[in-house]
Amino acid sequence: MSARRGVVIVGAGQAGVQAADALREAGFTEPVTLVGEEPELPYQRPPLSKEYLAGKASHDDVVLRGERFYEDRDIDLRLGRCAVGVDRIRRTVTLDDGAVLSYGHLVLATGTRPRQLPIPGTGLDGVLNLRTRAESEELRRRLESARKVVVIGAGFIGLEFAAACQAAGLRPVVLDIADQVMGRAVSAPTAAFFEDRHRAWGTRFLTGCGPAELAGEDGRVTGVRTADGVTVPADLVVTGIGVLPHTELATMAGLASDNGIVVDEYLATDDPHISAIGDCAAFPTPRGGGRIRLESVQNAADQARCLAARLTGAPRPYDALPWFWSYQGDLRLQIAGLLTGHDRTVMYGDEQAGKFSVFCFRGSTLVAVESVNRPADHMAARRLLAEGAGPDVTPDDVADPGFSLRTHAARRAIV
Amino acid sequence: MPKVTFVQQDGTETVLDLPAGTTVMRGAVAAGVPGIVAECGGNLMCATCHVYTGDGVDGRFPGVADGEDELLDCTAEPRQENSRLSCQLGLTDDIDELVIRVPGAQT
Repeated sequence: MSARRGVVIVGAGQAGVQAADALREAGFTEPVTLVGEEPELPYQRPPLSKEYLAGKASHDDVVLRGERFYEDRDIDLRLGRCAVGVDRIRRTVTLDDGAVLSYGHLVLATGTRPRQLPIPGTGLDGVLNLRTRAESEELRRRLESARKVVVIGAGFIGLEFAAACQAAGLRPVVLDIADQVMGRAVSAPTAAFFEDRHRAWGTRFLTGCGPAELAGEDGRVTGVRTADGVTVPADLVVTGIGVLPHTELATMAGLASDNGIVVDEYLATDDPHISAIGDCAAFPTPRGGGRIRLESVQNAADQARCLAARLTGAPRPYDALPWFWSYQGDLRLQIAGLLTGHDRTVMYGDEQAGKFSVFCFRGSTLVAVESVNRPADHMAARRLLAEGAGPDVTPDDVADPGFSLRTHAARRAIV
Repeated sequence: MPKVTFVQQDGTETVLDLPAGTTVMRGAVAAGVPGIVAECGGNLMCATCHVYTGDGVDGRFPGVADGEDELLDCTAEPRQENSRLSCQLGLTDDIDELVIRVPGAQT
């Protein structure tokens, strides 16, 4: 058998496209094939719950790269195609149109899919997820005539959608089984601030309350019955209750998965010819705490660059600092670091004016900084945390009236 | 259609005909111009689409607003008089040709 050449990337989201880009950028000359399930040019997802939903960004604005980009770099785009099987011995991937692609290296960048509500009524007309461009467009259209909107799930997507409803003059109801909005993603002070602002914009929250059933008439949704027995009227229901990693292809191929496709610090699976990157990959966190899976543009793009470097002869462990953002109404939220396990927060800046940062500590070590409308704080925090300077910033430092992240970072640089 | 020339540190040039209505950042990213990272997708949340403006820019774009000004202080390469975030440079039909210099680093 001849040596297998080239890279096949399954999944054409942020991670897959960035991997193809970074391979070519690094001078990789073997064939690169990019397989995408959706029939259109690969696009960015973050604007779908923000400016695209609001009609402020066009289709062209959200594509990741133009058509010419793929042609110029000789990247073989297979759009509207699914990978249905992997033969690890022959090193081939089979697509749903019967095409068989051989690979020297296979990259799984399969992403996630929305978790479905496990209750009756989700098939009713007017019940939608917000994951794809087509769904965002459909929701934009429906917002023109919707009168009573219920959002199930108060995470980033749910609250971004609620903000879009408010901008469209609607007063949505947001349900979440947790007591705190954005529960898994932000600290208590930041969550409380966002909940207050959303209330002021006209959103009603039913927290600590799960949906039991979606009610309908003539096949159309008419309301959400909660576990407490209350029925909230609705003609549009949007669910944003998290996502699940696409691990099926990896599992079929006999690769380990555990809340994501299991990879090592080089993003390699236990098959040396197969790697996984982006939302679907469960990787060992360099900052301790076992294996994690992150859903973010930063993680997708940085893992793609890290893998491309390895495949072109410059291997290094993945150790990028995670960061995230959300955009709700006039509030830009940026998070540097992982706040998992934090046990203390210090507020910095002007919360009343909606310009502040929340410093999150585990013990006396700074682990994350959340910034609202303070992008310079965010940039400084990223630099500081990426340099491993978390232990050098104490809660007392931040509480000092003269504290500034930038001067603190600058002082470190001089010392 | 505005013609935008991106000049890298090593002198390599990429010339793009970009439609009015897009931004210098979007045009660069869609075409894969190296060095325009644009991590946040144009939301004034990072400083990774930093450029130095060159010929053809005078008075063609609105001045630097507060949010952009704050971020221009956070760029990886030093801020200069002609520093801009390219996501804030909206192209119009009034612009024939522009020269944009790409800094050596964005992160």
